[in-house]
Amino acid sequence: MTIIDMMNNGFELYIHIPFCVKKCLYCDFLSFTADAEVKEKYVRALCEEIISAGEERQGVSLSSVFIGGGTPSILPKEAISKIMECIRENFVICKDAEITIECNPGTVDAEKLGIYRECGINRISFGLQSAQDDELKRLGRIHTFDDFVSSYESAVEAGFTNINVDLMSDIPGQTVKSWEDTLRKVCGLEHAPAHISAYSLIVEEDTPFGEMQSEGKLDIPDEDTDREMYHMTPRILSEFGYGRYEISNYSKPGFECRHNVGYWTGVPYYGAGIDAASYYDHSRYVNTDDIESYMRDPVSCHYLTEKLGSEDLMSEYMILGLRMTKGVSFSEFERRFDVSMKEKYGHQIAGFEKDGLLVSAGDFLKLTEKGLDLANVVMRGFI
Amino acid sequence: MDKSLIRNFCIVAHIDHGKSTLADRIIEKTGLLTAREMQEQVLDNMDLERERGITIKSQAVRTVYKAADGKEYIFNLIDTPGHVDFNYEVSRSLAACDGAILVVDAAQGVEAQTLANVYLALDHNLDVFPVINKIDLPSAEPQRVKDEIEDVIGIEAQDAPLISAKNGIGIEDVLEAVVKKIPAPSGDENAPLSALIFDSLYDSYKGVIVFVRVMNGTVKKGTRIKMMATGATEEVVEVGYFGAGRFIPCDELSAGMVGYITASIKTLSETEVGDTVTDADNPCSEPLPGYKKVQPVVYCGVYPADSAKYEDLKEALEKLQLNDASLFFEPETSLALGFGFRCGFLGLLHLDIIQERLEREYDLDLVTTAPSVVYKVYKTDGTVIDLTNPSNLPDPSEIEYMEEPIVNAEIMVTKDFVGSIMELCQQRRGRYISMEYIEAGRALIKYELPLNEIIYDFFDALKSRSRGYASFDYDLKGYEKSSLVKLDILINKEQVDALSFIVHSESAYERGRKMCEKLKDEIPRHLFEIPIQACVGGRVIARETVKAMRKDVLAKCYGGDITRKKKLLEKQKEGKKRMRQVGSVEIPQSAFMSVLKLDDDN
Repeated sequence: MTIIDMMNNGFELYIHIPFCVKKCLYCDFLSFTADAEVKEKYVRALCEEIISAGEERQGVSLSSVFIGGGTPSILPKEAISKIMECIRENFVICKDAEITIECNPGTVDAEKLGIYRECGINRISFGLQSAQDDELKRLGRIHTFDDFVSSYESAVEAGFTNINVDLMSDIPGQTVKSWEDTLRKVCGLEHAPAHISAYSLIVEEDTPFGEMQSEGKLDIPDEDTDREMYHMTPRILSEFGYGRYEISNYSKPGFECRHNVGYWTGVPYYGAGIDAASYYDHSRYVNTDDIESYMRDPVSCHYLTEKLGSEDLMSEYMILGLRMTKGVSFSEFERRFDVSMKEKYGHQIAGFEKDGLLVSAGDFLKLTEKGLDLANVVMRGFI
Repeated sequence: MDKSLIRNFCIVAHIDHGKSTLADRIIEKTGLLTAREMQEQVLDNMDLERERGITIKSQAVRTVYKAADGKEYIFNLIDTPGHVDFNYEVSRSLAACDGAILVVDAAQGVEAQTLANVYLALDHNLDVFPVINKIDLPSAEPQRVKDEIEDVIGIEAQDAPLISAKNGIGIEDVLEAVVKKIPAPSGDENAPLSALIFDSLYDSYKGVIVFVRVMNGTVKKGTRIKMMATGATEEVVEVGYFGAGRFIPCDELSAGMVGYITASIKTLSETEVGDTVTDADNPCSEPLPGYKKVQPVVYCGVYPADSAKYEDLKEALEKLQLNDASLFFEPETSLALGFGFRCGFLGLLHLDIIQERLEREYDLDLVTTAPSVVYKVYKTDGTVIDLTNPSNLPDPSEIEYMEEPIVNAEIMVTKDFVGSIMELCQQRRGRYISMEYIEAGRALIKYELPLNEIIYDFFDALKSRSRGYASFDYDLKGYEKSSLVKLDILINKEQVDALSFIVHSESAYERGRKMCEKLKDEIPRHLFEIPIQACVGGRVIARETVKAMRKDVLAKCYGGDITRKKKLLEKQKEGKKRMRQVGSVEIPQSAFMSVLKLDDDN
């Protein structure tokens, strides 16, 4: 049984922790600072929602849990063990489930990490972004590279062997050289991370970066530099044994992030916490983004946003599945939808193959090298 | 009807000097309408006009005024359009009057349009008397403005009523002045009928309603009338006069009266403005002077953004034409834009108004091509073509020479800006005629300018170069021989017919270059490189390149993002759908209008 096949039978749980020490300049996720009292109240509300979600899903076993944010690691250690305990009491967690928590450098210590291990968390995702302190400062991050190294070493010492590091290209002031240096420093760590996410910066409108850009004050690398960095990334990472398995994700063999692969392969998931999204019964839901109303009544602020018909499901299968370098499976498509992919999308596929954006290899249809740069062109064809 | 108790008049003014407000006050202070019934501006009854602060269609209103001498006078106030595009309509409305009130802003003084309108009124032998409006403004200088009126226009102004139409000050003086200074109409009610058509509108119940000023004779229900220019003959169903905003039937209209006639006329084209209505059984010997057939001055292609809406566009144009005989359209086909219409307009404002009405009232999404004037193409075989669509220009080998329309332009500006305005006129191939200082600080500059140099953005350039102080007026002078070429645009080596335009040979390079630059910004990147070329006679004179797309990818897409990312892709896809496919290139609709915005030197 491959990972993907197993995922298809699974169910995932996402827990959203919306708190941060300080919001980064590029961040458009729902996160903010809060005092201890609010955090405690929020965790209580989260547990209430988990209990209710579990009750409605008797017998569902979780193939993965992802505690994301915000910065989950700024919660006191007891809060995380309380949440994990609550999940265990209300859901069956598969024996080999992947359980991830996002941590920001400087917000964890050996004790906290030890507690995470004890309560069953087996994967850490560090938001590093850059190994250059000046770049970190420009992003509005609160830590230095040294802070990261010490947090990372603590995680290794605590026994974590499955660690992800988030990195970012296209940072204002970044050069091809500094990006290469960042990649090499991270890959060259003693006990190198099993997984690396390497994103290009996306400037979103309602962020300080968005404002700076509209005022012409954001000095992001030009197109040539961007493309050079982007194409250099898989080359350097492969030197260190990382394979690219998604547009922005790389891992050592067998360490693909199962939780995220689930998102791209149509595995149902429940998202708990404010603004968290869920997908089950072929429908998408979202929770309120207002923390006050969430804390008042965490159970009834879960709203249906979209029911997916078979057209939508096929379309999502393509646009999400093609994000992965392995591509989408012809046989799986036909098994799920009772129609062959060629019959449904033959015209588009032929066009994109002609343009050199898609290529078929055995049972799989995948983006070419060029297609990975221009994925949206392809995806718009399947919308 | 005692003619001595009738006053037929209009109000002339520069835009924004308060013409409509004064009309409102006159109607309010006289009979037939109470203050409560007053709409904000009774004469301007189209929303669009109100928004733009201008009047498009002439209308008339009849009110009753009890003067200081104790007698009741009939006032027929005829409204005139306030824009140069509608000069002919203005002249016909003036011809229906015996006098005019000249409104001049107490702060701004005489402006280019003031002059143009007054001269037009004087040309029609109207008795003109001035009123000074907005005297309650802190910046009002009534004495200076009076002197200016006397100096510049040469009419007596010292006893001009000082008024504020907005605040109702001095209106009584204006009404008395109308009685005293505007002559009663002349004419013989027993002579054969001759009535001037100064406007008409289409009503779905009554058919065409013809607005007339009766010069001689009498018309009543049952009269068999004939339009002397079009030859249309019908029996009169109803005659009447204009209450504010409604038609009030009466027994007859006789010499000196202003009113309307209905006669089951189906189309406006049978009742052209300026034509003479006579009695078919007892016709007058000659039509009234001044009639001319109105010809469109500016043409452009109008296409539905969604080609499935072609029939809807056709229907909308037909409906608009019912009430606007000066709107011309005929089907045309473009390789780039599909099926649409070549439409003719009296000017750019008229074009703008029609386009807005199509979009607003008929809910149509349109693509319009660059407006073009009418060129005369003299062919080697001796024939002459009126060229309204640049793509129809014959092969250069068949062309002997070409002519373009020239206008007489009058620009009034404070002296600080004379230099930059003259520079602008020179740039636009203007021929300097004269300049005179009409008072210490202001000059009236006269130029002859090619119409195609002013139809795009001349007025905007003028305003920005004079910080809004310049005023501008023009009328068509005639045609002159000119060195003109057709500029073609090739996108990815394919000529895009809808982007071709005619340009003076000396400006071809400059415009071609700007056009390529503009299109480079408008056309999105494709998977391949796209050359954009400007050509004259097959020779490339400018080139830009839209580089191939190198990156179009969403870096992140996780559980919480999926809906949002899908929406983003959908939106992008929708945007692409609205583009026009030329060869393998998708061109956004805005690109076809980008030629309009080439001159950004202001």
